[in-house]
Amino acid sequence: MKRFVRLNINGREYIVSVSPDRLLLDLLREDLGLTGTKRGCGEGECGSCTVIMNGRTVLSCLVPAIKADGTEILTVEGLAEGERLHPLQQAFWEKGAVQCGFCTPGMLLSAKVLLDKNQTPKIEEIKEAISGNLCRCTGYIKIFEAIKLASERINKRKDK
Amino acid sequence: MDYKKPKDVDEALKLLKEANGKGRVIAGGTDLILQLRKGEYKAEILVDITGIDELKKIEEEDDWIRIGAGVTHADVAENSLIQNEAKALSEGCHHVGSPQIRNMATLVGNIISAQPAGDGAIPLIALEAELRVFSEEGARWIYIEEAYRGVGLSAIDPTKEIVTEVRFRKLGDYGHSGFFRMARRKALALPIINGAVVIQLDGSRKGIKKARISLGPVAERPFRPRKAETYLELEGLTPEAIKEACRIASEEANPRESLRGSTLYRKEMVNVQLMRTFDRILGAV
Repeated sequence: MKRFVRLNINGREYIVSVSPDRLLLDLLREDLGLTGTKRGCGEGECGSCTVIMNGRTVLSCLVPAIKADGTEILTVEGLAEGERLHPLQQAFWEKGAVQCGFCTPGMLLSAKVLLDKNQTPKIEEIKEAISGNLCRCTGYIKIFEAIKLASERINKRKDK
Repeated sequence: MDYKKPKDVDEALKLLKEANGKGRVIAGGTDLILQLRKGEYKAEILVDITGIDELKKIEEEDDWIRIGAGVTHADVAENSLIQNEAKALSEGCHHVGSPQIRNMATLVGNIISAQPAGDGAIPLIALEAELRVFSEEGARWIYIEEAYRGVGLSAIDPTKEIVTEVRFRKLGDYGHSGFFRMARRKALALPIINGAVVIQLDGSRKGIKKARISLGPVAERPFRPRKAETYLELEGLTPEAIKEACRIASEEANPRESLRGSTLYRKEMVNVQLMRTFDRILGAV
């Protein structure tokens, strides 16, 4: 029995008809074509399906779409402002923190919530912020460096 | 499958009653959604309790600390009341799963999923917590240990009962607590062993009025090494007594051979980790 859910995704209002067993991940990727969010394990163990819901990171492979009704969601597609990359995206690119790119959307969003509340994170805080996102390519070092660089730039922008 | 998000507990109970055993409470869903998908569990309607505002509170009431069933592990880990009054619980919740899972999953859900080493539940066992259970017949309090029937088997029936909160007594000025966890990774890894220590010293700070230890996964449910606890309460706060108590606890623990560690190794690690935890929480004393 299909139901309507209302979602605010990346600043836009959507009303989508879903069946109760539809997952948020599939709604984003299949129904709305927002394929930036990835299905890795589909079990909540890898973090590649991470989105930000009402300001907190969640695993969209474990959220029934209907449970997301009335929420505000940010996906990786919502990070850039037109052509202007988010400082995190820019830093990931510059530092070589993207190899296959599969973990990247989830990494960016987990890093964003960290930097939104802490613009001077210590290395341990960075590691913890992305502890729910697995990367099989980079060995994480470049990702830490990119987040650190982004935090420095955001901090400098704030001071201006 | 249908889905409803009631605004209060009465409405939730009514929905469960109407579903006649085919409905099921859902909170964060991090365990349940997987179980449903794998067919380990079937439900015709999910009753989501995370829309019930009164279940989202962490508060103190006289001697008690009360945590609502809608409170997530992240909420608990970030809460300064819990950090001050029940360090072990703060630490335990901080170690559940991953940041994303902590944002979604509830502390009470960790008890209902009835795993022997739930990182939120283990400190609650040492804190001798109680659960408020609502059903058609009314409401009752049960001790947290009564909520466990076996591995993954809760005594709570989620087709007709709703746990609304968990509470425990404040430890007071002479109380100390800590949590430990051993795992191959710092996140997204089931533990080799975990546990919590809760002690209340007497006025002189030389004797132990109350000692409670919880361990997992060393049995089919969260385990309390009661001989070790009693020994500590009798012998008091000496390095020798603590050392012996940790040894007794590791004797009492009976972990099975597992992928995450042999019986021998885990028993020895119970000893080591308890020693370190006592050291850490009593360091200031």
